[in-house]
Amino acid sequence: MSLTEESMVERDASTTEPDLPVLTRRQRRKRRRAAERGHEKTTLKAKLATYLVLAPIAILFIAPFAWLISASFQPISTIFSSPPTWVPDDPTLDGYKGFLDVGELSEAQEAQGHGDWRWFANSAFVAISITVLQTFFNALCAYVFAKRRFPGRNVIFVLFLGTMMVPGQVTLIPNYIIIQHIPFFGGNDWTGSGGHGWLDSYFGLIMPGIVSAFGIFLLRQYMLSIPDDLLDAARIDGAGEFRIFWSVVLPLCTPALAANAIFTFQAAWEDFFWPLVIMSSPDKLTAPVGLALFVVQNETSWNLLFAGSVIATLPMILVFIVLQRHFVRGIAVTGIKG
Amino acid sequence: MPTAVTPARKDIHQSRFRWFLWRVWRERSAYFFLLPGVIIFSVFTLAALIFAIYLTFHRWSIIEPDKPYVGLQNYEDMLHDERFVQSVVNTIYFTGASVPLTMLIGLGLAMLLNQPIRGRAAFRTAYYLPVITPFVVSALLWKWLYNGDFGLFNYYLLKGHIIDEPLLWLSDKNLAMPAVVLMTVWSGVGFSMVVYLAGLQSIPAQLYESAKIDGAGVLRRIWYITIPMLRPTTLFLLVIGIIGSLQVFTQIFLMTSGGPVNRTTTMVYYMYLWAFKYYDMGYASTLAFALFLMLLVFTGLQLRLFRRSEAI
Repeated sequence: MSLTEESMVERDASTTEPDLPVLTRRQRRKRRRAAERGHEKTTLKAKLATYLVLAPIAILFIAPFAWLISASFQPISTIFSSPPTWVPDDPTLDGYKGFLDVGELSEAQEAQGHGDWRWFANSAFVAISITVLQTFFNALCAYVFAKRRFPGRNVIFVLFLGTMMVPGQVTLIPNYIIIQHIPFFGGNDWTGSGGHGWLDSYFGLIMPGIVSAFGIFLLRQYMLSIPDDLLDAARIDGAGEFRIFWSVVLPLCTPALAANAIFTFQAAWEDFFWPLVIMSSPDKLTAPVGLALFVVQNETSWNLLFAGSVIATLPMILVFIVLQRHFVRGIAVTGIKG
Repeated sequence: MPTAVTPARKDIHQSRFRWFLWRVWRERSAYFFLLPGVIIFSVFTLAALIFAIYLTFHRWSIIEPDKPYVGLQNYEDMLHDERFVQSVVNTIYFTGASVPLTMLIGLGLAMLLNQPIRGRAAFRTAYYLPVITPFVVSALLWKWLYNGDFGLFNYYLLKGHIIDEPLLWLSDKNLAMPAVVLMTVWSGVGFSMVVYLAGLQSIPAQLYESAKIDGAGVLRRIWYITIPMLRPTTLFLLVIGIIGSLQVFTQIFLMTSGGPVNRTTTMVYYMYLWAFKYYDMGYASTLAFALFLMLLVFTGLQLRLFRRSEAI
C-alpha cells in the first residue's frame, strides 16, 4: 500500500525550499529526494538509529493484522496449532462463508455456528443514514447559528453548547426508556405504552444520532469565515433562504463537511454500546455487536470470527484510503492543530 | 406604585411586542431550519438529562411496575458501595496508565517521523492502522493474542525464554488491567502521532536554526523548543484522552467482563451491569452522574480549548 498524505508532504517541501517557483509534484519530489540524499552523509548514523526504532515498532503494529488476515483463511485446526501458522498451506474461504452464512455449509461447519451477512448490511445502512442525515442537519443548524440573526439565537446556541459537556452515558439510560415509549411505534399507543417502541428497530439506532452538538459547533466555526456579502448578493439575486444554504453555503464548506462526515461514519460504524443495549433480534444486529455476541455463543469458532473481523475492518480501510487527505485536513479543520 | 399602565406606555409595550413578533416572522425560515435539530436535541439530550436526574431519586426497575421515590437513597448506597469505589479506582488506574503512555509513544514516533527519511508514509500508515480498525475487532483480536493456551504472546515469549510459564494475561488479577491498557495504547498511539506530527510541522524551522547557531544540542533543542511549542497539542490530547479513557467500556466488556474479581470493572462497565443486568435504572443513573462529575473538569477544559480556537 502506498499511502502518502499529500498535504503533509507538500508542507515539508515548502519548509525546505522556501522560494522556489511552482513545480510539478514530480519535480518537487525529485528535489526533496536530492536534498535528502545530501543530508544522508552527515546523519547516516542517526538515520540508521531511527530505522532501528521505527521498524520493530512497525512490525509490532502490523503483525496482529497479518495474523488476522492469515487466520481468516485458515481452517480451525491450524489456527490452534503450535507453532502458529503464518502462511496458510491450504487457504480456505470456509470462515467467510460461515460468518456470512452464504453458500453450502457442511455439517461440521454447521456445528461451528454461523454469522449473518445482514449484520454488515445493517451496519452499512445505519452508518450511511446517520452520516447523511447528521451532516445535513448539523450544517442546517450551524448555518443558522453562524449567519442568521433572530430572537432566541444565543439562548438556543448556549443550550446546545452546554450539553456538549454531558457524557453519553448519562443520557443513555433515560434514552433507553424514552425509545421504549415512543408513541405509535412498535405496538405503542398514543401514551407510549403497551409495546417496545423503537427498541430493536433501526429508528432507535439512527434517530438519536442525527444531530450532534459537537459537529454543529465545528461547522459553525467554519461557516463564520464565509463573508456575509456573498449571502447578501445571493439574497439580492432573489435566492430563497434554503437555496442560499444549499447552493452558496454548503459548497463553500466542503472540507469541513467532509471531515464531519468521515468522523461520523467512523463513529457510527464502530458504535458498540448503544446498539448492544437496544437491539435484540439476531438478524437486526450491527457488525460490531454481531461479532461480539458471536464470540459469546461460539467460543471456539475463531476462524469465522477472524473472517468477520476482516470484513468489518475493510470499509474503514477503504474510507481511509479514498479520503485520507481529508483525514489529515479534518484534524486541521477541527482545530486540533497545535 | 401605580399599577395602572398609562395608554402611552401600553402602546410602547404593544409595539415592542409587535416588533418582536415581526422579527420572529421575518426570520421564520431560521426557526424552520433549526426545527429538526431542536426536536431531536430536546428529546434525546434535554429531556433525557432531566429524566436522568429524576431517575436517580427513584428505585426504577424495568421489569417491575412499581417505581417508588426513594429520596437520596441511591446516592447514599453509592457512597457505601465497595464495588463502586473499586470501579473508580480501576478507572483512574486505567486512565493514568493509558493516556500518558499513548501520548509519550505518539510523541516519540512523531518526532522520529518528522525527520527527512524514506518510507515515512509507510510507517505512518502502519502506526495509524489500529486507529482505523473498528475497536471491537481490535479488542477481539487482542483477546486471542492474550489467550493462555494458543495466544501468540505466550508462544513467542516462551520461545524467547522471556517467561518460563504461560501467562494468563486476562485472568490474572494483577495482569488483566495492564493487558487491557497495552491493547488500548496500541490502538490509540496512531492518533496522537498524527496530531503531534501536525503540531511539529507548525513549529517554525527558524527556531531550530537559531538554536543550532547558538550551539544547542539535539536534547536541548527538544527540551527548550519542541516540548514548549507543542503545549497546545499536548493539552488537547491530554484532555481528549482523559475524557475518552474515563468512559472506557468496549474493551472491558469484550476482553475481561470486568473480571477477575472486579479488577477491571470500570465505572461505565459497572453502570452497564446495574442498568442492563440488574435492571435498576435508578441506581445506574446515579452511577452515571458520578462519572459526569469526574468528567466535568475535563469537558469544561475541552470547551475552553474549542472556545479559544474560535477566537483565532
